[in-house]
Amino acid sequence: GPLAQRPLLEVRLGELHTWISTRDFSPQGLLGAAQKAWNSYCAKYINVRRGGPAGINMLLAGYCLLSYTWNYQHLRRHRWRKYH
Amino acid sequence: LLSSAPAALRALPPPPVAVGVLHATRQLHTTQQSLAPLPPLPEKGGEVRHGLIPEEFFQFLYPKTGVTGPYMLGTGLILYFLSKEIYVVNHETVAGACILAVIIYAVKRFGGDVAAFADKLNEEKMAKALAVKNEAMQSLQDAIEAEKKEQWRVEGRSYLFDAKRNNVAMLLETNYRERLMMVYNEVKKRLDYQVAMQNLKRQKEQEHMIDWVEKSVVQSITPQQQKESIAKCILDLKALSKGAHATV
Repeated sequence: GPLAQRPLLEVRLGELHTWISTRDFSPQGLLGAAQKAWNSYCAKYINVRRGGPAGINMLLAGYCLLSYTWNYQHLRRHRWRKYH
Repeated sequence: LLSSAPAALRALPPPPVAVGVLHATRQLHTTQQSLAPLPPLPEKGGEVRHGLIPEEFFQFLYPKTGVTGPYMLGTGLILYFLSKEIYVVNHETVAGACILAVIIYAVKRFGGDVAAFADKLNEEKMAKALAVKNEAMQSLQDAIEAEKKEQWRVEGRSYLFDAKRNNVAMLLETNYRERLMMVYNEVKKRLDYQVAMQNLKRQKEQEHMIDWVEKSVVQSITPQQQKESIAKCILDLKALSKGAHATV
């Protein structure tokens, strides 16, 4: 389909710039995009008949990564070596 | 009072709102979609490898790097993070490793049972909903059957009316005959009365005549004739007795 209506995963790298320019960056637009992303994730991994641990696992892993990045400046002080 | 009501109503002013216009400020049924029936849930979720990485990532790298590409990428990234100490090894690493081991063991061991239990709960819910729907459909079917039966019964109304007409005719006939009987009885009673009256009159006349004749006859017998008749009777008796003595 046309570039403006394609989801992010179907956009090629070269067209990424133009695709971002067509996006709606108002608060409603961002909220709508976040909601759509969450709904598609739920529909794919959680609202199924026979789901597995994968749906929640990925959320937990994402939470771990996010909290690690937020605490990185503090964790940097516990490095074993000074020069890498 | 009733006959004047229509005239009084016509005399009222017309209502301020135009009757028959649907008061709606929004469009109804703008889309073709309807909320029911919902499409069923998909059977299985998206494919995930090792419980963490979606299959699409492996498929994305397959054309360029083959099967081992993502694994090499993962190993390289882990070694890079460890050697540059972007990921710092501390007490939390050990704790995280222990927790991960426990979680993996629990999922591998109890995953099937929990899934079966959840499936059973789901099945019960679905069965209940289906039972309700089936019952509703069954009751509606029964209602349709009953309605059809009633419609079939209506066809027999001519017989019903014939039977009723027969009943009414019989009642009328019975009543007519009863009254006929009553008339006959009454007329007979009156005629019998007349006949009895005539008989009585004749009987009385006869008795009276007989009495009168007897009385006049008795009166006509003078004392002289009485003595002569008694003497004659005595003579006859004597003659008879002589004749009787003779035969004996």
